[in-house]
Amino acid sequence: MTHRKYILDLTLTAVEQLNERCALLRATDPTAPLPPMQAGQFAQLRVDNSPHAFLRRPISIHNVDRERNEVWFLVQIVGKGTKGLAQMKCHERLNAVLPLGNGFTLPERQTERVLLVGGGVGVAPLLLLGKQLSERGVRPTFLLGARSEKDLLQTEHFRHYGDLHVSTEDGSLGERGFVTQHPLMHEAHFDRVYVCGPKPMMVAVAHWAKSGNIWCEVSLENRMACGIGACLCCVEDTSEGHVCVCTEGPVFNIEQLKWQI
Amino acid sequence: MANLTTDIAGLRLRNPVMTASGTFGYGTEYEDFVPLEQLGGIIVKGTTLHPRQGNPYPRMAETEGGMLNCVGLQNRGVDYFCQHIYPQLRDIPTNFIVNVSGNAPEDYAECAARIGELEAIPAIELNISCPNVKHGGMAFGTTVEGAQSVVRAVRKAYGKTLIVKLSPNVTDIVAIAKAVEDEGADAVSLINTLMGMAIDAEKRCRLLSIGTGGLSGPAVKPVALRMVWQVAHAVGIPVIGLGGIVSATDAVEFLLAGASAVEIGTANFLDPAVTIKVIQGINDYLERHGFTSVKEIIGLCE
Repeated sequence: MTHRKYILDLTLTAVEQLNERCALLRATDPTAPLPPMQAGQFAQLRVDNSPHAFLRRPISIHNVDRERNEVWFLVQIVGKGTKGLAQMKCHERLNAVLPLGNGFTLPERQTERVLLVGGGVGVAPLLLLGKQLSERGVRPTFLLGARSEKDLLQTEHFRHYGDLHVSTEDGSLGERGFVTQHPLMHEAHFDRVYVCGPKPMMVAVAHWAKSGNIWCEVSLENRMACGIGACLCCVEDTSEGHVCVCTEGPVFNIEQLKWQI
Repeated sequence: MANLTTDIAGLRLRNPVMTASGTFGYGTEYEDFVPLEQLGGIIVKGTTLHPRQGNPYPRMAETEGGMLNCVGLQNRGVDYFCQHIYPQLRDIPTNFIVNVSGNAPEDYAECAARIGELEAIPAIELNISCPNVKHGGMAFGTTVEGAQSVVRAVRKAYGKTLIVKLSPNVTDIVAIAKAVEDEGADAVSLINTLMGMAIDAEKRCRLLSIGTGGLSGPAVKPVALRMVWQVAHAVGIPVIGLGGIVSATDAVEFLLAGASAVEIGTANFLDPAVTIKVIQGINDYLERHGFTSVKEIIGLCE
């Protein structure tokens, strides 16, 4: 799968602080309709207001609003680059290279029972995935996990596209504990599961999927430099050797990975 | 429009801007951003006689004004290049130059000979300066004897334009440059990355899988500029300058220091279209200062 990639000077139409560590950036291209984007693809965002952040930051495409010609990004502050992005102001310019990587594989049949599991800011690509599934007549089940209620992101948006279940580590909302401890994982049956979040969570869900013989895709976020398959920094060890997460992923079927699951 | 053409030991470049090995893939990765035929040349990623998996992840760490990498020459080997990559490149009208690396002089020579059979590859860049592999690589480029042994072997096996890429991790880069010139190198390119390290203080661990890596980006530019200036004054063969170039002004500085052409590396990650902007900016500089040809400014800074 190759998609034409663009370098775009976007304009921020809104910056919303979702909690003390996370911001929602909404951006538009004032000059042209945004290119086609698939759930699971990402953008390389330039950090203009932080002299200490040298490289671009790879950020998942969170949502595409075609009516407003907007692309949304969820940015959680983990370092100086994401801090610079999260502190941007409305109307500022956001230089983006997009769309990059391969998206999630959508189900072939509308009747498939589909589970989307997200942890922390890893919920980001699952909103656009939920939207693209619902446009195809598939109503997904979302299981979103976070440390605490305030860390659960965009729940009202997810609810719009499917059935929403949540778990928090401190029990402040939904089930207490990790997503893998949620009753849904043991009581319901699914044909497909899509996962994005911290690696231990993805490994745990992948293990659960593999033992139940359930088709499963995960989205990785290896540290990367170029984002377009040139520098070979972001490699993951797979059944085909070291492959670039930026171009061969970031979405992988768990059968491709050499995880101990 | 000023005349931007330059040449490297008889190899004609439509302008002095090339891309540095390991930062531009095989060129095709950048096709959506850069009209490849407008580049002076493309130096494709390091190629070895046998396939290499490279080093484990993580291979990259951001630093102040630059980055470290320890990719370790991951590539599918010269046979794969000849059979599967070369056919995609051969009809693109620019100078594709293959960066060649190895574990022993004989490996370098055999790999170079294979590349030499490819009609549309007019030159190779001999990598005796990779800091990220245990055997070969920089081990050859840090001593006069090591550099001589590789260049001597390759020169016998390869008849086209031979560029040797030098390591900055040496006491006296001029001595190495003179040695490879004496062995028949047609040109030298410098600098490869500076060996460095990054540590995560919070996690109390190293950030790169093998501990050390090569530093690139604007942070290394003053070192690179100094070495290009020193080498250009000491050898009679053309010098290709690289190290931290992100703008046309940076490129002009290397030309003024004595480089006949430049390579742009890490800056491609910041702006995938940077090469085209640098070409345009060099032209603007020449026009602004009343020069009609880029050759007029090569080595102008004594």
